[in-house]
Amino acid sequence: MLGRRGTLPFLAGPPALWLALFFVVPLLLIAAFSLRAGSGAVGPAGAWVPSIEHYQQVFGTPAFLRLLGLSVATAVGIATLATLLAYPVAYYLTFRAGTRATLYLTLLLIPFAVSYLLRVMAWKLMLGPDGGINSLLQGLGLTSEPLGLLLYSRPAVIVTLVYVWVPFAALPIYAAMQRIDRSHLEAAADLGAGPWARFWRVTVPLSLPGALATFFMVFIPTVGEYVTPALVGGTDGIMYGNIILGFFTRSANWPLGSAMAMIMLVLTLLLVVVALRIVDLRRVSL
Amino acid sequence: MTARPVTRRIGVGRTAVPLRGFYLGMLFLLYLPIGILFVFSFNAGTTLRFPIEALTLDWYAEVIGNGPMLAAARNSLLVGAGSATAATIIGLLVSTAVLRFRFRGRGALLALAGLPLIVPFVVMGVAFFLLFVAVDLPRSLLSVAIGHTIIATPYATLIQLARLSGLDPALEDAAMDLGATYPATLRRVVLPLMGPTVVAAWLTSFIVSFDEIAVAIFLVGGDPTFPVFLYGQVRFAQRLPVLIAMAVLLMIGTVALTLVALRLRTKE
Repeated sequence: MLGRRGTLPFLAGPPALWLALFFVVPLLLIAAFSLRAGSGAVGPAGAWVPSIEHYQQVFGTPAFLRLLGLSVATAVGIATLATLLAYPVAYYLTFRAGTRATLYLTLLLIPFAVSYLLRVMAWKLMLGPDGGINSLLQGLGLTSEPLGLLLYSRPAVIVTLVYVWVPFAALPIYAAMQRIDRSHLEAAADLGAGPWARFWRVTVPLSLPGALATFFMVFIPTVGEYVTPALVGGTDGIMYGNIILGFFTRSANWPLGSAMAMIMLVLTLLLVVVALRIVDLRRVSL
Repeated sequence: MTARPVTRRIGVGRTAVPLRGFYLGMLFLLYLPIGILFVFSFNAGTTLRFPIEALTLDWYAEVIGNGPMLAAARNSLLVGAGSATAATIIGLLVSTAVLRFRFRGRGALLALAGLPLIVPFVVMGVAFFLLFVAVDLPRSLLSVAIGHTIIATPYATLIQLARLSGLDPALEDAAMDLGATYPATLRRVVLPLMGPTVVAAWLTSFIVSFDEIAVAIFLVGGDPTFPVFLYGQVRFAQRLPVLIAMAVLLMIGTVALTLVALRLRTKE
């Protein structure tokens, strides 16, 4: 008969093995390929000469570094905008919506359940030269020519990705605000704090962990984006991720692409470590 | 000092900030593009120009005859079902091991199950790509499904972890005192109590996979999933309305599944 303790290997073993094989090993393979001399579509069978040439190439190419900086800046901008837009919504749901909060939250989340690609396509349709916004502007007589700069630009990428993430962004903030003990607000009121003072000195500090969680949960998927830039960004709007994909498709250079992916991975993990130092993310469970 | 009534609603209606208007405006902006897609799928032309000239159901009729597109949708269903099943099992096993046992590597196992959430998709795509190159497995629906299992594992784990941490371990002790083995206890006591949550975790994982494109692009062979197929056809303006019509149909399905998953989780 199998005892309680004897069951453990059957519970922990399979997931540990699966995650080691299909999560840890693949990440180690990126490191291995990135530290390997040579270029092109080099399979595992070829020679494995250790080299840091690919890292030297990335850090020695201003265009790569500029694109990395631009991608980080774009992702920071998108995450900031999404957080700032979601904050008042979460506040409304927590403090003003009353018993309807769950319904209102669900209404907010439904667009997030719509396929990501479909939502990006919607913006492509709206922003295009033949698109909804242009024909609307012309229909209203505001412009006579289609505005070309709407689509295929960095602003188009930012608008689209903020749109994609805003519904989700409200969740961690809402969770943090729900945990605010109302008696703190009562106490502040009793001690003479007005509505604004209560907001800035009680609500904001206590909901800050949620806001930071939102920021990172938008930043991480956004900084590596390549699908939205490819669809609405054009040549001006491409991001670091597009270059990485390029090295595994058209202009195959697996070791260089691996080095670029490794740099992005390390950068993201560093940011998460910094975030965990600022705020205990475990307190903002979804 | 006199006590104030505790029922006073602090902050409600005190400031003149039009929060309700902000929320409603946000909802409007969120639903507008989706509404436009909806209109586009009934629009007779292949570009979206206002005012709409004529409405048609042709695009929906053409969906039925579009073999490659239906095949792509079927591929997505297969990959979604397979990876959701694997991710849900992994999540359930990890949750049980982590919450019911103390052992070396407990923290590491939990971290490992959650970490895929903080790795950018493009990096995961590269990682899986190199893995399948290294083991010489041709890229196919199987490689996409394996990749999606990892992507969905954090969601499946966190959802089931939350529910299991709310279940009293005394129930399991009672079952074992009455003579059940631990595996039997898990099967006949824990699993039935977890039932709706397991379904919610499966549905969430399914939707994560069904919608996923950034990792899939690195992993598909000749047989695309629906998002990858859609992505590849975007350049052809003529084919767009049929694709959008199909996507709108699938959207209704995923939204319904999401609402079911949400309801299963909040009921507990």
